Amino acid sequence: MEVDREDGRSQNQLRPLACSRNILHRAHGSASWSQGDTKVLAAVYGPKAGTKKNENPEKACIEVFWKPKTGQIGDFLISILIVLAFEVWYAGNFQNILHWCLGKPEKEYEMILKRTLESICILTVNPNTTTSIIVQVVNDDGAVSFMHFPCYCCTVSFLCSLVIVCSPPTRTVLIVCRYVMHLLDDIVLLPSAINAACMALVDAGIPMKHLAVAICCCVAKSGYVILDPTKLEEQKMKAFAYLVFPNSVHSVLPEGSLRVEGEPIENGIITSVTHGIMSVDDYFYCLERGRAASVKLSDFLRRKLQQQSTDSSKAG
Amino acid sequence: MGLPNASGDLSTEVEVDAFRRLFPLRFYEKHLLESIRPDARPLGRARETTIALGAVASANGSALAKIGSTTMLAAIKMEVMTPSLETPDEGCIGLLPLAACFPLSLSLLKTSGMINLKELSLVSGKAAWMAYLDIYCLDADGALFDTALLSAVAAFSHLEIPVVSLNDDGKIVLSEEQGLSDREPVNKEKRKINLSSVPFSLTCVLHKKYILADPTAEEESIMDTIVTVVLDSSSQLVSLHKPGGTVLAYTSAIQDCIALTRQRVKELQKILEEAISGMEVD
Repeated sequence: MEVDREDGRSQNQLRPLACSRNILHRAHGSASWSQGDTKVLAAVYGPKAGTKKNENPEKACIEVFWKPKTGQIGDFLISILIVLAFEVWYAGNFQNILHWCLGKPEKEYEMILKRTLESICILTVNPNTTTSIIVQVVNDDGAVSFMHFPCYCCTVSFLCSLVIVCSPPTRTVLIVCRYVMHLLDDIVLLPSAINAACMALVDAGIPMKHLAVAICCCVAKSGYVILDPTKLEEQKMKAFAYLVFPNSVHSVLPEGSLRVEGEPIENGIITSVTHGIMSVDDYFYCLERGRAASVKLSDFLRRKLQQQSTDSSKAG
Repeated sequence: MGLPNASGDLSTEVEVDAFRRLFPLRFYEKHLLESIRPDARPLGRARETTIALGAVASANGSALAKIGSTTMLAAIKMEVMTPSLETPDEGCIGLLPLAACFPLSLSLLKTSGMINLKELSLVSGKAAWMAYLDIYCLDADGALFDTALLSAVAAFSHLEIPVVSLNDDGKIVLSEEQGLSDREPVNKEKRKINLSSVPFSLTCVLHKKYILADPTAEEESIMDTIVTVVLDSSSQLVSLHKPGGTVLAYTSAIQDCIALTRQRVKELQKILEEAISGMEVD
């Protein structure tokens, strides 16, 4: 079934990919990854001596810090809370505050990134050390790409002043705030972050078993599956899944010996996170599509890494 | 201390408890070879599950769920609030902080469509119910998310919406038991909400080619690959959550996990129905 996507891509086509390594000179490893308009920067510092309190000292420890686009998670919340404080003062609606303070996705992203990267790094090589990975969202996809920090500050202060000036403080102001807050969360952030973090780990020279290649698949209400959705397409979807596969293997051994339970190694899933309701068959269909795309992504990664390593050897 | 035997392990010379502490993975692997676990469960069986409804008398709905030793208490308190402009005839569910901080968030309770939010509406555009769900963990022994989800679902099935009426200022107040004759109640009697497509979950641990259903805390700490599958009563996949882990999940492993979850959904549905019918008899 041919599906028309707004930007003219086919169902299984990814947005243009671009990545580069070794961008930050003070970090031990760094990489940037962009898919279409979504751009993420990852930096690796480590291994440093000592592990965190509750971590196993016999293994290396990985910690992840997610920095959202507006710089600090607190910033945006504080400004929204100011707006809400007026709402509370005027209308006594205490309940609305809770809507905003709950469910920040950053903590979830950090946890998923940490677990995924722990499973691809060889943790026994450098025991009792900590490697820190910092992921900075540089650009989100969709209508909010113009909103960099100063512009966003102006918008929020304008909204606050609206609240003070207008009486009663209109609920429409709050709805606009809520809409803005949702726009800032692009769902393709997590796969881009995983890909960027992987490249950064290679750049830093951390020993790994294999690379992780991440992809986002969406299931539409009518049942078709598309890959790598943009922000606008995501709103029409009923469910989406983040899938992380190991990269494809090029080996001199005959293909039969590399299979596990009759499937090639790269078919296994490292991580899978789903949102929304889909049928079990839809999920398996997503897996198939995701695997096909991960082969293309692995080839892209391999080419990029080989290219840059030959460049640096020329310089040296 | 005797010499290690021909196969190189000290199992015949060391006491069982010491071996369990010193070499936990090998201890488990010896059991898995015989397709059994140290607590004598077969690999695909979950621990004994019980639900007690109405554990908290002062809450509008509550339930205590136990899977093995893991115990979770869920309580729901209802408050009246003004609905948002975008959805004037829908109520809302609020998850208080502990409920929101599970790795796999309980916000899937909202997205799973279990509750039709229109049932939580009182006066369209002016008043609607806000249900605050709070979950307390009384004992943690593995499979925390499963128990939390089960207790939340049971609390919602026990929930009774209180009777309210409009007072002279146009505000909603709780009616007293006797009912004042000059106030018309907005909703006639305490009623329960309809639950459709209730989500149930099962956590499995993958280790080499074994799949262990419903792990204890000890199993979760030794084997780090955890897969949580949430299915609803119409067999739709609400969530398949596998955050990393050393073992890669192939299609066959995922199909086995989903099949185990389907069985578990039937068991849990029966247990929940028995608990509800037990309450109604009283």
